Amino acid sequence: MVQLTLPRNSKIGKGKEWPKPDGAKKLKKCRIYRYSPEEEGNPRWDTYWVDLERCGPMVLDVLFYIKNTIDPTLAFRRSCREGVCGSCSMNIAGRNTIACTQGWDEIAGSTITIAPLPHLPVVKDLIGDLTNFYAQHAYVQPYLKTDTPEPEKEWKQSEEDREQLNGLYECILCACCSTSCPSYWWNGDKFLGPAALLQAYRWLIDSRDEATGERLDDLEDPFKLYRCHTIMNCAQTCPKGLNPSKAIAEIKHMLVERVT
Amino acid sequence: MGGGDLYLTGEVKMALSQDYATPTARARGLGSAKSGVSSYIGQLTSALALAVLVPWFLFSVISAVGAGYSGAVAWVARPWNAILLILTFGAAFYHMRIGMRVIIEDYIAKSGTRTALLILNSFAAIALFAATAATVLKIWISAGA
Repeated sequence: MVQLTLPRNSKIGKGKEWPKPDGAKKLKKCRIYRYSPEEEGNPRWDTYWVDLERCGPMVLDVLFYIKNTIDPTLAFRRSCREGVCGSCSMNIAGRNTIACTQGWDEIAGSTITIAPLPHLPVVKDLIGDLTNFYAQHAYVQPYLKTDTPEPEKEWKQSEEDREQLNGLYECILCACCSTSCPSYWWNGDKFLGPAALLQAYRWLIDSRDEATGERLDDLEDPFKLYRCHTIMNCAQTCPKGLNPSKAIAEIKHMLVERVT
Repeated sequence: MGGGDLYLTGEVKMALSQDYATPTARARGLGSAKSGVSSYIGQLTSALALAVLVPWFLFSVISAVGAGYSGAVAWVARPWNAILLILTFGAAFYHMRIGMRVIIEDYIAKSGTRTALLILNSFAAIALFAATAATVLKIWISAGA
């Protein structure tokens, strides 16, 4: 559903300005979205001052610095801290990305603004609810489907066929692309979104898979697939440099190929 | 994509969670419509036709400006012009119908309003085509072709 303004209880108010750390020479201002379901009132922007000389190079390090030395109540997801798990995805300086591979020195301006991924229900602070996102991933059945009895040793694949999976298998399901997509904002309940569709194509194009037709059947739908209008926010924001809109175009191409 | 916009908070979420459907049931919804590729092909094909027809149409209209009313009528009455005009209107309104449908589906969430607008969209496209094609035919036929 289109929402051009925030619901009244989601409007973000001015929050607390936390004191500057003692003896810091190189300070950076950070404006961070705060919301707790246990507290009364609307979400707010809290301001923190980070001592860059006591902080690692990435935005995730900034969050650790704040949590460890200023405000232990700040909530965010993180795990691998090296860009392979996709947990720390959030909106940093207006762009969806993962905090662990985004250097704070790469952000222009005097303030780093950090918010949860757009248009998700907020669980707490920087943590969005990805339940629907994961259910949509499950919808595309992201695993090998075959009827032929499994070979004794392995399913074989030529080097050329394996190359087809490059640019697809690297997806870490951080949800940066889907939550940057206006079509997903307006119709996220029915449109599968760029991440799930990229995964769908990853299995459609896999030479070992035997369920290509059924997969295409499950995707051919005005909402599930064709809500993609090639806006390409997904490709612009992907922290792994992948191009979901190209994968979606390939799915559309396969559907045309099936009827012509 | 602007930071600071478009977040839902706990209360909205709790209102949503009153629905006890499982996430899987919600993601599957009513299932795949198993259609859409014909609209997609129709949109691309009509776009291709319009890429040729619209420049021809604009060029012709601009060239006909100097000839006055009778000159314009004589231009429409030429068989090839009349045929190409009808094709231009046909492709344009067909393309418009598909495009408007997508816009309505994108932005109108309320089911009754959406259905009404989708029907209106079909009627408008067909009515516009009938009116423009009839006009061209009238001029062509009354010119004694």
